[in-house]
Amino acid sequence: MSMADQLIHQVLWPIIYILCITVPLIIAVAMFVYWERKVIGWMHVRLGPNKIGPFGLLQAFADVFKLLLKEVILPTNANRFLYYLAPLLTLIPALAAWAVIPFSSKMVLSNANAGVLYLLAMTSLGVYGIILAGWASNSRYALLGAMRSAAQVISYELAMGLCLVCVLVLAGSLNLTDIVNAQAGHKGFFDWFWLPLLPVFVIYFISGVAETNRAPFDVAEGESEIVAGFHVEYSGSAFAIFFLAEYANMILVSFLASILFMGGWLSPLQGWIHADVSPWVNWIWTGGFIWLFIKAFAFSFMFLWFRATFPRYRYDQIMRLGWKVFIPIAIVWVLVAGCMKYYGLVSIGTGV
Amino acid sequence: MSSVTRYFKSLLLVELFQGMALTMRYMFKPKYTVRYPMEHIPKSNRFRGLHALRRYANGEERCIACKLCEAVCPALAITIDSAPRASDGQRRTTRYDIDLFKCIYCGFCEESCPVDSIVETSIHEYHFEHRGENVVTKSQLLAIGDRFEKQIAADRAQDAAYR
Repeated sequence: MSMADQLIHQVLWPIIYILCITVPLIIAVAMFVYWERKVIGWMHVRLGPNKIGPFGLLQAFADVFKLLLKEVILPTNANRFLYYLAPLLTLIPALAAWAVIPFSSKMVLSNANAGVLYLLAMTSLGVYGIILAGWASNSRYALLGAMRSAAQVISYELAMGLCLVCVLVLAGSLNLTDIVNAQAGHKGFFDWFWLPLLPVFVIYFISGVAETNRAPFDVAEGESEIVAGFHVEYSGSAFAIFFLAEYANMILVSFLASILFMGGWLSPLQGWIHADVSPWVNWIWTGGFIWLFIKAFAFSFMFLWFRATFPRYRYDQIMRLGWKVFIPIAIVWVLVAGCMKYYGLVSIGTGV
Repeated sequence: MSSVTRYFKSLLLVELFQGMALTMRYMFKPKYTVRYPMEHIPKSNRFRGLHALRRYANGEERCIACKLCEAVCPALAITIDSAPRASDGQRRTTRYDIDLFKCIYCGFCEESCPVDSIVETSIHEYHFEHRGENVVTKSQLLAIGDRFEKQIAADRAQDAAYR
Protein backbone atom coordinates (compact mmCIF):
# COMPACT_ATOMS: atom_id res chain seq x y z
CA MET A 1 0.00 0.00 0.00
CA SER A 2 1.46 3.32 -1.00
CA MET A 3 1.93 6.29 1.28
CA ALA A 4 -0.94 8.17 -0.38
CA ASP A 5 -3.29 5.21 0.10
CA GLN A 6 -2.36 4.99 3.74
CA LEU A 7 -3.00 8.68 4.21
CA ILE A 8 -6.39 8.39 2.56
CA HIS A 9 -7.45 5.31 4.53
CA GLN A 10 -6.05 6.16 7.91
CA VAL A 11 -6.37 9.94 8.02
CA LEU A 12 -8.74 11.32 5.42
CA TRP A 13 -11.63 8.86 5.77
CA PRO A 14 -11.64 8.87 9.58
CA ILE A 15 -11.73 12.67 9.50
CA ILE A 16 -14.64 12.60 7.10
CA TYR A 17 -16.45 10.08 9.31
CA ILE A 18 -15.79 12.22 12.36
CA LEU A 19 -17.16 15.28 10.58
CA CYS A 20 -20.19 13.24 9.54
CA ILE A 21 -20.95 12.78 13.24
CA THR A 22 -19.87 16.05 14.81
CA VAL A 23 -21.31 18.51 12.31
CA PRO A 24 -24.84 17.04 12.45
CA LEU A 25 -24.40 16.82 16.21
CA ILE A 26 -23.63 20.52 16.51
CA ILE A 27 -26.58 21.38 14.30
CA ALA A 28 -28.70 19.03 16.39
CA VAL A 29 -27.58 20.90 19.50
CA ALA A 30 -28.66 24.19 17.93
CA MET A 31 -32.05 22.78 17.01
CA PHE A 32 -32.33 21.15 20.43
CA VAL A 33 -31.88 24.53 22.11
CA TYR A 34 -34.63 25.89 19.90
CA TRP A 35 -36.83 22.89 20.63
CA GLU A 36 -36.21 23.27 24.35
CA ARG A 37 -37.30 26.88 24.34
CA LYS A 38 -40.33 25.98 22.24
CA VAL A 39 -41.44 23.05 24.42
CA ILE A 40 -40.89 24.88 27.69
CA GLY A 41 -42.76 27.83 26.20
CA TRP A 42 -45.69 25.62 25.28
CA MET A 43 -45.74 24.06 28.72
CA HIS A 44 -45.78 27.57 30.20
CA VAL A 45 -48.72 28.37 27.88
CA ARG A 46 -46.45 30.70 25.90
CA LEU A 47 -45.38 30.53 22.27
CA GLY A 48 -41.62 30.33 22.56
CA PRO A 49 -39.29 31.85 19.96
CA ASN A 50 -41.20 32.62 16.77
CA LYS A 51 -39.59 35.68 15.25
CA ILE A 52 -36.36 34.65 13.52
CA GLY A 53 -36.98 32.47 10.50
CA PRO A 54 -40.13 30.40 9.95
CA PHE A 55 -41.56 29.45 13.37
CA GLY A 56 -38.39 30.90 14.91
CA LEU A 57 -36.34 28.01 13.54
CA LEU A 58 -33.26 30.16 13.03
CA GLN A 59 -33.33 31.52 16.59
CA ALA A 60 -30.58 29.17 17.78
CA PHE A 61 -28.31 30.16 14.91
CA ALA A 62 -28.86 33.83 15.63
CA ASP A 63 -27.88 33.14 19.24
CA VAL A 64 -24.78 31.27 18.13
CA PHE A 65 -23.63 34.14 15.94
CA LYS A 66 -24.30 36.61 18.72
CA LEU A 67 -22.19 34.56 21.12
CA LEU A 68 -19.36 34.05 18.64
CA LEU A 69 -19.13 37.78 17.97
CA LYS A 70 -18.94 38.70 21.64
CA GLU A 71 -15.76 39.20 23.58
CA VAL A 72 -14.41 36.46 25.84
CA ILE A 73 -13.71 38.31 29.06
CA LEU A 74 -10.85 37.10 31.24
CA PRO A 75 -11.55 37.96 34.90
CA THR A 76 -8.86 39.66 36.96
CA ASN A 77 -6.49 37.18 38.63
CA ALA A 78 -8.01 34.30 36.69
CA ASN A 79 -5.63 31.57 35.63
CA ARG A 80 -5.38 32.36 31.94
CA PHE A 81 -4.25 28.94 30.71
CA LEU A 82 -6.73 26.88 32.72
CA TYR A 83 -9.49 29.40 32.10
CA TYR A 84 -9.24 28.92 28.36
CA LEU A 85 -8.54 25.19 28.65
CA ALA A 86 -11.64 24.39 30.71
CA PRO A 87 -14.30 24.82 27.98
CA LEU A 88 -12.30 22.59 25.67
CA LEU A 89 -11.95 19.97 28.39
CA THR A 90 -15.73 19.78 28.68
CA LEU A 91 -16.39 19.83 24.95
CA ILE A 92 -13.80 17.28 23.81
CA PRO A 93 -15.08 14.35 25.93
CA ALA A 94 -18.67 15.28 25.07
CA LEU A 95 -17.86 14.95 21.37
CA ALA A 96 -15.38 12.09 21.71
CA ALA A 97 -17.97 9.90 23.40
CA TRP A 98 -19.89 9.78 20.13
CA ALA A 99 -17.16 7.69 18.54
CA VAL A 100 -18.56 4.43 19.88
CA ILE A 101 -22.27 5.12 19.42
CA PRO A 102 -23.69 2.61 16.93
CA PHE A 103 -26.34 4.30 14.80
CA SER A 104 -27.27 1.03 13.14
CA SER A 105 -25.77 -2.43 12.88
CA LYS A 106 -23.18 -1.17 10.39
CA MET A 107 -23.03 2.57 11.07
CA VAL A 108 -20.50 3.04 13.86
CA LEU A 109 -17.28 5.05 13.81
CA SER A 110 -15.37 2.80 16.19
CA ASN A 111 -16.84 -0.58 17.06
CA ALA A 112 -14.74 -0.77 20.21
CA ASN A 113 -14.83 -3.93 22.30
CA ALA A 114 -14.97 -1.97 25.52
CA GLY A 115 -17.30 0.71 24.22
CA VAL A 116 -19.22 1.04 27.47
CA LEU A 117 -16.03 1.53 29.47
CA TYR A 118 -14.90 4.17 26.98
CA LEU A 119 -18.24 5.93 27.35
CA LEU A 120 -18.04 5.88 31.14
CA ALA A 121 -14.53 7.30 30.96
CA MET A 122 -15.50 10.04 28.52
CA THR A 123 -18.62 11.15 30.37
CA SER A 124 -16.61 11.27 33.61
CA LEU A 125 -13.82 13.31 32.07
CA GLY A 126 -16.19 16.21 31.48
CA VAL A 127 -16.19 16.97 35.19
CA TYR A 128 -12.54 18.03 34.99
CA GLY A 129 -13.52 20.86 32.69
CA ILE A 130 -16.21 21.90 35.14
CA ILE A 131 -13.87 21.91 38.13
CA LEU A 132 -11.16 23.75 36.23
CA ALA A 133 -13.66 26.32 34.95
CA GLY A 134 -14.88 26.95 38.47
CA TRP A 135 -11.42 27.18 39.95
CA ALA A 136 -9.72 29.14 37.19
CA SER A 137 -12.45 31.82 37.11
CA ASN A 138 -11.36 33.22 40.48
CA SER A 139 -15.00 33.67 41.50
CA ARG A 140 -16.69 32.21 44.55
CA TYR A 141 -19.92 31.52 42.72
CA ALA A 142 -18.09 29.67 39.99
CA LEU A 143 -16.15 27.67 42.57
CA LEU A 144 -19.32 26.81 44.51
CA GLY A 145 -21.05 25.72 41.32
CA ALA A 146 -18.07 23.63 40.29
CA MET A 147 -17.91 21.91 43.69
CA ARG A 148 -21.61 21.12 43.67
CA SER A 149 -21.43 19.92 40.13
CA ALA A 150 -18.40 17.72 40.74
CA ALA A 151 -19.88 16.13 43.87
CA GLN A 152 -23.15 15.50 42.06
CA VAL A 153 -21.63 14.09 38.91
CA ILE A 154 -19.37 11.74 40.85
CA SER A 155 -22.24 10.52 43.06
CA TYR A 156 -24.51 9.78 40.17
CA GLU A 157 -21.72 8.24 38.15
CA LEU A 158 -21.77 5.38 40.66
CA ALA A 159 -25.48 4.71 40.25
CA MET A 160 -25.08 5.03 36.51
CA GLY A 161 -22.18 2.57 36.49
CA LEU A 162 -24.19 0.04 38.47
CA CYS A 163 -27.04 0.41 35.98
CA LEU A 164 -24.60 -0.31 33.20
CA VAL A 165 -23.42 -3.39 35.10
CA CYS A 166 -26.97 -4.75 34.96
CA VAL A 167 -27.00 -4.25 31.21
CA LEU A 168 -23.60 -5.91 30.87
CA VAL A 169 -24.73 -8.87 32.96
CA LEU A 170 -27.66 -9.46 30.63
CA ALA A 171 -25.89 -8.70 27.36
CA GLY A 172 -22.60 -10.33 28.28
CA SER A 173 -20.62 -7.79 26.31
CA LEU A 174 -19.11 -4.32 26.63
CA ASN A 175 -19.56 -3.67 22.93
CA LEU A 176 -22.52 -1.40 22.25
CA THR A 177 -23.38 -3.13 18.97
CA ASP A 178 -23.46 -6.47 20.78
CA ILE A 179 -25.59 -4.97 23.54
CA VAL A 180 -28.17 -3.86 20.98
CA ASN A 181 -28.07 -7.20 19.18
CA ALA A 182 -28.60 -8.94 22.52
CA GLN A 183 -31.93 -7.12 22.75
CA ALA A 184 -33.17 -8.41 19.40
CA GLY A 185 -35.93 -10.96 19.52
CA HIS A 186 -39.28 -12.06 18.18
CA LYS A 187 -41.25 -10.12 20.77
CA GLY A 188 -39.94 -6.80 19.42
CA PHE A 189 -40.64 -4.07 21.98
CA PHE A 190 -40.88 -6.57 24.84
CA ASP A 191 -37.48 -8.08 24.14
CA TRP A 192 -35.58 -4.96 25.02
CA PHE A 193 -33.79 -4.55 28.31
CA TRP A 194 -36.16 -1.95 29.71
CA LEU A 195 -38.56 -4.68 30.75
CA PRO A 196 -36.28 -6.95 32.84
CA LEU A 197 -34.34 -3.90 34.02
CA LEU A 198 -37.23 -1.46 34.51
CA PRO A 199 -36.10 0.09 37.84
CA VAL A 200 -32.55 0.29 36.58
CA PHE A 201 -33.75 1.90 33.37
CA VAL A 202 -35.52 4.63 35.35
CA ILE A 203 -32.50 5.08 37.61
CA TYR A 204 -30.20 5.27 34.62
CA PHE A 205 -32.18 8.00 32.96
CA ILE A 206 -32.63 10.05 36.12
CA SER A 207 -28.90 9.68 36.82
CA GLY A 208 -28.27 10.83 33.29
CA VAL A 209 -30.31 13.95 33.99
CA ALA A 210 -28.29 14.53 37.16
CA GLU A 211 -25.05 13.76 35.36
CA THR A 212 -25.69 16.45 32.76
CA ASN A 213 -26.61 18.93 35.52
CA ARG A 214 -30.07 19.47 34.14
CA ALA A 215 -33.26 20.43 35.97
CA PRO A 216 -34.36 19.27 38.50
CA PHE A 217 -30.74 18.50 39.41
CA ASP A 218 -29.30 21.81 38.23
CA VAL A 219 -27.97 23.06 41.57
CA ALA A 220 -24.64 23.48 39.81
CA GLU A 221 -26.27 26.27 37.80
CA GLY A 222 -28.84 27.30 40.38
CA GLU A 223 -29.89 30.59 38.82
CA SER A 224 -31.59 31.77 42.00
CA GLU A 225 -28.57 31.09 44.22
CA ILE A 226 -25.26 31.18 42.39
CA VAL A 227 -26.24 32.80 39.10
CA ALA A 228 -24.90 30.29 36.59
CA GLY A 229 -22.51 28.12 38.55
CA PHE A 230 -19.18 27.13 37.11
CA HIS A 231 -19.54 29.10 33.86
CA VAL A 232 -20.68 32.35 35.44
CA GLU A 233 -17.53 34.21 34.35
CA TYR A 234 -17.52 32.88 30.80
CA SER A 235 -18.85 34.91 27.91
CA GLY A 236 -18.91 34.76 24.15
CA SER A 237 -17.60 31.68 22.41
CA ALA A 238 -16.24 30.10 25.62
CA PHE A 239 -19.75 30.15 27.04
CA ALA A 240 -21.08 28.80 23.76
CA ILE A 241 -18.69 25.86 24.07
CA PHE A 242 -19.96 25.03 27.58
CA PHE A 243 -23.47 25.23 26.25
CA LEU A 244 -22.60 23.01 23.32
CA ALA A 245 -21.00 20.43 25.62
CA GLU A 246 -23.98 20.41 27.98
CA TYR A 247 -26.47 19.86 25.20
CA ALA A 248 -24.26 17.34 23.39
CA ASN A 249 -24.14 15.42 26.66
CA MET A 250 -27.91 15.54 26.96
CA ILE A 251 -28.29 14.13 23.48
CA LEU A 252 -25.63 11.54 24.28
CA VAL A 253 -27.49 10.38 27.39
CA SER A 254 -30.66 10.15 25.32
CA PHE A 255 -28.89 8.01 22.73
CA LEU A 256 -27.35 5.83 25.43
CA ALA A 257 -30.68 5.26 27.13
CA SER A 258 -32.12 4.19 23.78
CA ILE A 259 -29.18 1.94 22.98
CA LEU A 260 -28.80 0.28 26.37
CA PHE A 261 -32.44 -0.15 27.34
CA MET A 262 -34.68 0.56 24.36
CA GLY A 263 -33.02 -1.62 21.73
CA GLY A 264 -31.05 1.00 19.83
CA TRP A 265 -31.84 0.80 16.15
CA LEU A 266 -34.11 -2.24 16.59
CA SER A 267 -37.73 -1.92 15.60
CA PRO A 268 -40.43 -2.31 18.28
CA LEU A 269 -42.38 -4.31 15.66
CA GLN A 270 -39.57 -6.78 15.06
CA GLY A 271 -40.90 -10.32 14.91
CA TRP A 272 -44.50 -9.12 14.60
CA ILE A 273 -44.47 -8.27 10.94
CA HIS A 274 -42.80 -10.45 8.35
CA ALA A 275 -43.06 -8.67 5.02
CA ASP A 276 -40.78 -7.48 2.29
CA VAL A 277 -42.31 -4.41 0.71
CA SER A 278 -39.44 -2.19 -0.31
CA PRO A 279 -36.16 -1.03 1.24
CA TRP A 280 -37.81 2.34 1.94
CA VAL A 281 -40.48 0.82 4.17
CA ASN A 282 -38.83 -2.33 5.54
CA TRP A 283 -36.94 -0.44 8.24
CA ILE A 284 -40.22 0.07 10.07
CA TRP A 285 -40.17 -3.58 11.17
CA THR A 286 -36.58 -4.67 10.54
CA GLY A 287 -35.00 -1.69 12.30
CA GLY A 288 -32.74 1.11 11.21
CA PHE A 289 -31.07 4.27 12.42
CA ILE A 290 -34.35 6.18 12.17
CA TRP A 291 -35.71 4.12 15.05
CA LEU A 292 -32.70 5.11 17.14
CA PHE A 293 -33.28 8.75 16.32
CA ILE A 294 -36.97 8.50 17.19
CA LYS A 295 -36.15 6.92 20.55
CA ALA A 296 -33.39 9.42 21.30
CA PHE A 297 -35.74 12.26 20.38
CA ALA A 298 -38.31 10.93 22.82
CA PHE A 299 -35.72 10.75 25.58
CA SER A 300 -34.35 14.20 24.90
CA PHE A 301 -37.92 15.47 25.02
CA MET A 302 -38.09 14.00 28.53
CA PHE A 303 -35.21 16.28 29.55
CA LEU A 304 -37.25 19.32 28.54
CA TRP A 305 -40.40 17.89 30.07
CA PHE A 306 -38.61 17.42 33.40
CA ARG A 307 -37.30 20.95 33.25
CA ALA A 308 -40.74 22.41 32.66
CA THR A 309 -42.31 20.28 35.39
CA PHE A 310 -40.10 19.85 38.42
CA PRO A 311 -38.75 22.39 40.89
CA ARG A 312 -35.06 22.17 41.72
CA TYR A 313 -33.93 19.57 44.25
CA ARG A 314 -32.30 20.76 47.42
CA TYR A 315 -28.63 19.79 47.54
CA ASP A 316 -28.90 17.32 50.41
CA GLN A 317 -31.93 15.74 48.73
CA ILE A 318 -29.86 15.17 45.62
CA MET A 319 -27.18 13.44 47.63
CA ARG A 320 -29.72 11.38 49.55
CA LEU A 321 -31.43 10.30 46.35
CA GLY A 322 -28.16 9.30 44.73
CA TRP A 323 -26.52 7.48 47.62
CA LYS A 324 -29.41 6.10 49.67
CA VAL A 325 -31.97 5.31 46.99
CA PHE A 326 -30.44 4.80 43.58
CA ILE A 327 -27.27 2.96 44.49
CA PRO A 328 -28.96 0.39 46.78
CA ILE A 329 -31.70 -0.31 44.22
CA ALA A 330 -29.13 -0.65 41.45
CA ILE A 331 -26.99 -3.01 43.51
CA VAL A 332 -30.00 -5.19 44.30
CA TRP A 333 -30.94 -5.22 40.65
CA VAL A 334 -27.45 -6.36 39.65
CA LEU A 335 -28.22 -9.46 41.71
CA VAL A 336 -31.70 -9.77 40.22
CA ALA A 337 -30.30 -9.41 36.70
CA GLY A 338 -27.69 -12.05 37.45
CA CYS A 339 -30.38 -14.45 38.66
CA MET A 340 -32.54 -13.73 35.62
CA LYS A 341 -29.62 -14.48 33.36
CA TYR A 342 -28.57 -17.58 35.30
CA TYR A 343 -32.02 -19.12 35.36
CA GLY A 344 -32.67 -18.16 31.76
CA LEU A 345 -35.62 -15.88 32.50
CA VAL A 346 -34.63 -13.42 29.78
CA SER A 347 -33.95 -14.33 26.18
CA ILE A 348 -30.75 -12.81 24.89
CA GLY A 349 -30.26 -12.10 21.23
CA THR A 350 -32.62 -14.72 19.84
CA GLY A 351 -33.56 -12.77 16.78
CA VAL A 352 -30.19 -11.65 15.42
CA MET B 1 -49.84 2.20 57.12
CA SER B 2 -49.69 5.71 55.78
CA SER B 3 -45.91 5.59 55.90
CA VAL B 4 -45.98 2.44 53.80
CA THR B 5 -48.25 3.98 51.17
CA ARG B 6 -46.10 7.09 51.19
CA TYR B 7 -43.01 4.96 50.69
CA PHE B 8 -44.44 3.23 47.66
CA LYS B 9 -45.89 6.46 46.34
CA SER B 10 -42.46 8.07 46.34
CA LEU B 11 -40.74 4.92 45.07
CA LEU B 12 -43.12 4.61 42.13
CA LEU B 13 -42.81 8.35 41.38
CA VAL B 14 -46.61 8.71 41.42
CA GLU B 15 -46.67 12.41 42.14
CA LEU B 16 -43.93 13.11 39.65
CA PHE B 17 -45.93 11.43 36.91
CA GLN B 18 -48.98 13.45 37.93
CA GLY B 19 -46.96 16.62 37.57
CA MET B 20 -45.68 15.56 34.18
CA ALA B 21 -49.20 14.78 33.02
CA LEU B 22 -50.21 18.27 34.07
CA THR B 23 -47.45 19.98 32.09
CA MET B 24 -48.22 17.77 29.11
CA ARG B 25 -51.84 18.91 29.22
CA TYR B 26 -50.71 22.52 29.40
CA MET B 27 -48.46 22.01 26.40
CA PHE B 28 -51.51 21.62 24.14
CA LYS B 29 -53.60 24.38 25.67
CA PRO B 30 -54.25 27.53 23.65
CA LYS B 31 -51.47 30.00 24.34
CA TYR B 32 -51.98 33.31 26.09
CA THR B 33 -49.28 35.17 24.20
CA VAL B 34 -50.40 38.21 22.19
CA ARG B 35 -48.08 38.80 19.22
CA TYR B 36 -48.02 42.44 20.19
CA PRO B 37 -47.19 44.61 17.20
CA MET B 38 -49.44 42.45 15.01
CA GLU B 39 -52.13 41.74 17.56
CA HIS B 40 -53.74 44.08 20.08
CA ILE B 41 -55.90 43.39 23.07
CA PRO B 42 -59.11 45.41 23.55
CA LYS B 43 -58.57 48.74 25.29
CA SER B 44 -60.91 50.51 27.71
CA ASN B 45 -62.48 53.78 26.62
CA ARG B 46 -61.17 55.15 29.93
CA PHE B 47 -57.59 54.43 28.92
CA ARG B 48 -55.30 57.34 29.83
CA GLY B 49 -52.61 57.77 27.21
CA LEU B 50 -51.04 60.64 25.35
CA HIS B 51 -52.57 64.08 26.04
CA ALA B 52 -54.46 66.31 23.62
CA LEU B 53 -56.12 69.72 23.62
CA ARG B 54 -59.60 69.78 22.07
CA ARG B 55 -61.47 72.38 20.04
CA TYR B 56 -65.15 73.24 19.72
CA ALA B 57 -66.92 72.28 16.51
CA ASN B 58 -66.49 75.82 15.19
CA GLY B 59 -62.71 75.51 15.47
CA GLU B 60 -62.33 77.65 18.59
CA GLU B 61 -59.92 76.12 21.11
CA ARG B 62 -61.64 75.08 24.33
CA CYS B 63 -58.89 76.02 26.75
CA ILE B 64 -59.62 79.25 28.69
CA ALA B 65 -56.32 79.27 30.63
CA CYS B 66 -57.99 78.73 34.03
CA LYS B 67 -54.83 76.80 35.05
CA LEU B 68 -56.82 74.29 37.14
CA CYS B 69 -54.93 71.46 35.44
CA GLU B 70 -51.62 73.10 36.24
CA ALA B 71 -52.70 73.46 39.86
CA VAL B 72 -54.00 69.92 40.25
CA CYS B 73 -51.15 68.19 38.48
CA PRO B 74 -49.43 66.09 41.20
CA ALA B 75 -46.26 65.72 39.14
CA LEU B 76 -45.98 69.41 38.16
CA ALA B 77 -45.80 68.31 34.56
CA ILE B 78 -47.96 71.12 33.14
CA THR B 79 -46.68 74.66 32.57
CA ILE B 80 -49.12 77.36 31.41
CA ASP B 81 -48.62 81.03 30.50
CA SER B 82 -51.61 83.15 29.59
CA ALA B 83 -52.39 86.54 28.06
CA PRO B 84 -55.37 88.32 26.41
CA ARG B 85 -55.63 87.22 22.80
CA ALA B 86 -54.56 89.98 20.40
CA SER B 87 -57.56 89.60 18.06
CA ASP B 88 -60.46 89.80 20.57
CA GLY B 89 -58.90 90.22 24.00
CA GLN B 90 -60.15 86.81 25.25
CA ARG B 91 -58.14 85.06 27.97
CA ARG B 92 -56.09 82.37 26.23
CA THR B 93 -52.91 80.40 26.84
CA THR B 94 -49.72 81.53 25.18
CA ARG B 95 -47.90 78.47 26.35
CA TYR B 96 -49.18 75.04 27.32
CA ASP B 97 -46.36 72.54 27.89
CA ILE B 98 -46.65 69.02 29.25
CA ASP B 99 -43.47 67.23 30.25
CA LEU B 100 -44.25 63.60 29.42
CA PHE B 101 -41.33 62.43 31.53
CA LYS B 102 -42.90 64.01 34.61
CA CYS B 103 -46.46 63.05 33.76
CA ILE B 104 -47.79 60.03 35.66
CA TYR B 105 -50.96 59.73 33.53
CA CYS B 106 -53.26 60.08 36.55
CA GLY B 107 -55.94 61.89 34.54
CA PHE B 108 -56.44 64.67 37.15
CA CYS B 109 -55.96 67.37 34.49
CA GLU B 110 -58.82 65.92 32.49
CA GLU B 111 -61.00 65.62 35.62
CA SER B 112 -60.33 69.20 36.62
CA CYS B 113 -60.90 70.80 33.23
CA PRO B 114 -64.18 72.80 33.25
CA VAL B 115 -64.38 72.93 29.44
CA ASP B 116 -63.19 69.39 28.59
CA SER B 117 -60.19 70.86 26.84
CA ILE B 118 -57.23 68.83 28.08
CA VAL B 119 -57.88 65.10 27.66
CA GLU B 120 -55.89 61.94 27.78
CA THR B 121 -56.43 59.98 24.59
CA SER B 122 -56.16 56.25 24.14
CA ILE B 123 -52.89 56.60 22.21
CA HIS B 124 -50.27 54.53 24.00
CA GLU B 125 -47.71 53.83 21.28
CA TYR B 126 -45.47 56.87 20.90
CA HIS B 127 -41.79 57.60 21.30
CA PHE B 128 -39.20 60.38 21.22
CA GLU B 129 -36.02 60.36 19.21
CA HIS B 130 -34.33 63.51 20.50
CA ARG B 131 -33.74 65.17 23.84
CA GLY B 132 -36.42 67.77 24.54
CA GLU B 133 -39.13 66.05 22.55
CA ASN B 134 -40.59 64.81 25.81
CA VAL B 135 -42.06 68.31 26.32
CA VAL B 136 -45.11 68.61 24.09
CA THR B 137 -46.21 72.14 23.30
CA LYS B 138 -49.62 73.72 22.82
CA SER B 139 -49.52 73.46 19.03
CA GLN B 140 -48.57 69.78 19.21
CA LEU B 141 -51.33 69.07 21.71
CA LEU B 142 -53.89 70.86 19.56
CA ALA B 143 -52.70 68.93 16.53
CA ILE B 144 -53.14 65.64 18.39
CA GLY B 145 -56.61 66.78 19.42
CA ASP B 146 -57.53 67.68 15.84
CA ARG B 147 -56.30 64.39 14.51
CA PHE B 148 -58.03 62.13 17.04
CA GLU B 149 -61.11 64.24 17.83
CA LYS B 150 -63.46 61.53 16.59
CA GLN B 151 -61.97 58.88 18.85
CA ILE B 152 -61.74 61.28 21.80
CA ALA B 153 -65.38 62.34 21.45
CA ALA B 154 -66.55 58.74 21.07
CA ASP B 155 -64.67 57.64 24.19
CA ARG B 156 -66.11 60.55 26.20
CA ALA B 157 -69.63 59.92 24.96
CA GLN B 158 -69.38 56.27 25.94
CA ASP B 159 -68.33 57.20 29.47
CA ALA B 160 -70.68 60.18 29.93
CA ALA B 161 -73.45 58.16 31.59
CA TYR B 162 -71.15 57.21 34.49
CA ARG B 163 -69.90 60.71 35.31
